[in-house]
Amino acid sequence: MANQVKRPKVLAIASGGGHWVQLLRLRPAFEGCDVTYATVRDGYRADVGKANFRLIRDGNRWNKIAVLRSAAGILWLVLTLRPDVVISTGAAPGFFGVRFGKWMGAKVIWVDSVANAEELSMSGQKAGAFVDLWLTQWPHLANDNGPKCFGSVL
Amino acid sequence: MIFVTVGTDLPFDRLVRVVDSWAAETGRDDVFAQIGEGGWEPSHIRFTNFLQPPEFIERFNSASIIISHAGMGTILSALHHGKPILVMPKRASLREHRNEHQLATARHMKEMASVNVAFDETELRQQLDQIHTLLPSRQIGTHACNSLIRGLKQFIGGVAAKL
Repeated sequence: MANQVKRPKVLAIASGGGHWVQLLRLRPAFEGCDVTYATVRDGYRADVGKANFRLIRDGNRWNKIAVLRSAAGILWLVLTLRPDVVISTGAAPGFFGVRFGKWMGAKVIWVDSVANAEELSMSGQKAGAFVDLWLTQWPHLANDNGPKCFGSVL
Repeated sequence: MIFVTVGTDLPFDRLVRVVDSWAAETGRDDVFAQIGEGGWEPSHIRFTNFLQPPEFIERFNSASIIISHAGMGTILSALHHGKPILVMPKRASLREHRNEHQLATARHMKEMASVNVAFDETELRQQLDQIHTLLPSRQIGTHACNSLIRGLKQFIGGVAAKL
């Protein structure tokens, strides 16, 4: 059909715990997309049913070697998947996902965790410099030069 | 059953100690706690250091009350399942977390979703002593609010249109 839109390839990436729970709550936004979910624990695989699932390593800024290994794996994931869109709810692995995705030409989205109710996360502040859609979940943290707010995962 | 969880990263001894002594003094024998690695070990409640996601879900589902750190994963699950939850924020200044955001999370979740919050050990003990009065917080659906989903869909749709 003439007006048929190609299915975008979406990489939805987050670390564990609250970041992952929040990413899952965004699932209806990915209808009509080929989604790959990437997170840090194999036990989360069941959460996405038949959708593509990729395991990545966790890493935070307190452990340099773990961060490098995590980043390398995520770079490989982005290079091989070639997503059209990368979306993350945090934290460090999600930051690498949007950073590398942007370098590879994807449109990238940062949804700062609802846990950050009084200031953006450190990853969220850094991501703001280059992401295509920069979101906070708290209206009082949104402003013209900063992130927008469309609402929250609640 | 009461399910206690402190998150996967760092232990939360302040919370576990209060729950343990409360259980000992009141004879409460149906408490199960996930306490993290390398912290203080309770002697009056059953515990484990870490739970794989499926075990976590099982413990969570069979509990009637959740007591936890102010982590959004646990809070969102409790709100979704309509379970009463009592949280105490972890403090980075006490090396319980890597940054100080849980105080803000707890304050805002209390205001926005009526999550029960104890800001310190004294308040935690007070709330435990009245645990039968603990109410479930605001119940939420399976997904994020419509405006957030709509905004994201619109953005992704815009990308798709240009492929």
